[in-house]
Amino acid sequence: MQPFAYTRAHSVKEAVEIIHATDKAPGSKAEGDAQTQFIAGGTTLIDLMKLHVVNPARLVDIGSIEAQREWSSVTADKHGLHLGAMASMAAVAEDKDVLRDYPVIAQSLQLAASAQLRNMASLGGNVLQRTRCPYFRDVSFTACNKRNPGSGCDALHGVNRQHAVLGGSDACIATYPGDFAQSLIALDASVHVAGAKGTRTFPFAELHRQPAETPHVETTLRPGELITGFIVPAAPWTRRSAYLKIRDRASYAFALASAAVALDMADGRVRQARIALGGLATVPWRAKDAEASLAGKPLDERSAAEAAEIAFSQANPREYNAFKVKLGKETLTRALLHVATMEI
Amino acid sequence: MTQFLKYVAGIQRRQMLYGTAATLAFLLVSRVVVARQKPVGKAAGGIAHEAGDKVDLVLDINGQERHLSLDGRTSLLDALRDHLDLTGSKKGCDHGQCGACTVHVDGRRVLSCLTLASMASGKKITTIEGLAGPDGGLHPMQAAFIEHDAFQCGYCTPGQIMSAVACVEEGHADDAAEIREYMSGNICRCAAYPNIVAAIEHAKVAMGRA
Repeated sequence: MQPFAYTRAHSVKEAVEIIHATDKAPGSKAEGDAQTQFIAGGTTLIDLMKLHVVNPARLVDIGSIEAQREWSSVTADKHGLHLGAMASMAAVAEDKDVLRDYPVIAQSLQLAASAQLRNMASLGGNVLQRTRCPYFRDVSFTACNKRNPGSGCDALHGVNRQHAVLGGSDACIATYPGDFAQSLIALDASVHVAGAKGTRTFPFAELHRQPAETPHVETTLRPGELITGFIVPAAPWTRRSAYLKIRDRASYAFALASAAVALDMADGRVRQARIALGGLATVPWRAKDAEASLAGKPLDERSAAEAAEIAFSQANPREYNAFKVKLGKETLTRALLHVATMEI
Repeated sequence: MTQFLKYVAGIQRRQMLYGTAATLAFLLVSRVVVARQKPVGKAAGGIAHEAGDKVDLVLDINGQERHLSLDGRTSLLDALRDHLDLTGSKKGCDHGQCGACTVHVDGRRVLSCLTLASMASGKKITTIEGLAGPDGGLHPMQAAFIEHDAFQCGYCTPGQIMSAVACVEEGHADDAAEIREYMSGNICRCAAYPNIVAAIEHAKVAMGRA
């Protein structure tokens, strides 16, 4: 691990002030080079620092900020759900309101990582979790456009079994590894951020960027901005929702394919469907065309399979990950049929 | 260091205008003063160090204050093992994948290999060495692991036991399936899993959680 400076912040305001000041200090690289990084649970960052994949000059520890209640709390009312960015994955997975009214969120958190990691990891850090692409994580591979812009991509013609079949480019096919983000994007969540110039709120669907020609730019966050919370609007489909995760072992593994599904049903027909896919794409992936194909139809094996075909119509598999197209379709079909018949 | 202090001082001047006393208090605490204050609890908020500098910390481990001067990069696991001779917590993967380093921080099970020692200051840390009673009597989970032969080589065992205690206290030990799911972050290369599950089902009775 490279040496780094460390500062513990007392408030969100102070954290963004420190990061703003230090990244503009003489001798620091230009803004955007992430010389200074926030650290909350540390479960991704410390790991990648040990691997020399990420080498920040300074850490601003936001894990002890307690002043603002909404920073780490879960609150639900008739308008929706507010999730503080510093709430732990474990706490939100077990929250009674989330379990009852937003089961897809609870399940996406409970099926992620291990009990220890869920105790440590914050929601804000979780959505920014970095890819598990082995060519990104191992610095002995020289070609990784995400780690070293312009160097190429060893995964394109390498062992790409776990890589994305949706949203990739000729510069990067690294899979977005998280689960929780799929439930957020399916439920039309928004994200709150704070920066030195104030706060802003925007759709969660706009947070992550597909790799295109710049895989190293993963989000639309501005330099020094800090995620402070998420808003999930109340909607008729949130209770009838679930997260199905398929992986190499029964627990404690990243998704090979996953589906976050929420349905508003009336008289045996779909009024509205919400679908997101995980483990298959370079970013949290919303399948809007598949959603639209279900509107007004009964949800049966045929309509579910049709929706799954549509969801993967643009899939671009590589040498070792072609199985993910079939696996992804089966996963989505199964999730849709399960959610349609859930007791709520 | 001086350059950073200059910039912090810049923030300090600006933040005086906001008049937030708590923020100001933090900014007035320089690295050197923090070292002398031996911060614990609330006072620990001022912890800071520059790249390459040592950081002076007080860690609350198994109910004892332990004073340390560490390389800022030191993980909680390395602080325990290499600086405090608390070698019960084990280093398996050192990347948060095996669970051998599991300890309790503020009553919750976490991975000490992915926690910086600096991040743990001001919090209550319990390791496997702190699990037995003051008279040396084994914790019910330790006794159950012995009774059920829940290990072979024993390397993962301290992490398994710390995780198992938390698993029961969290209320996630209702049946074997739930135990397996909530213990999945602790890998056992000897595959003593059936005996570990049996030990946990047994210990939860003694812990009053059955």
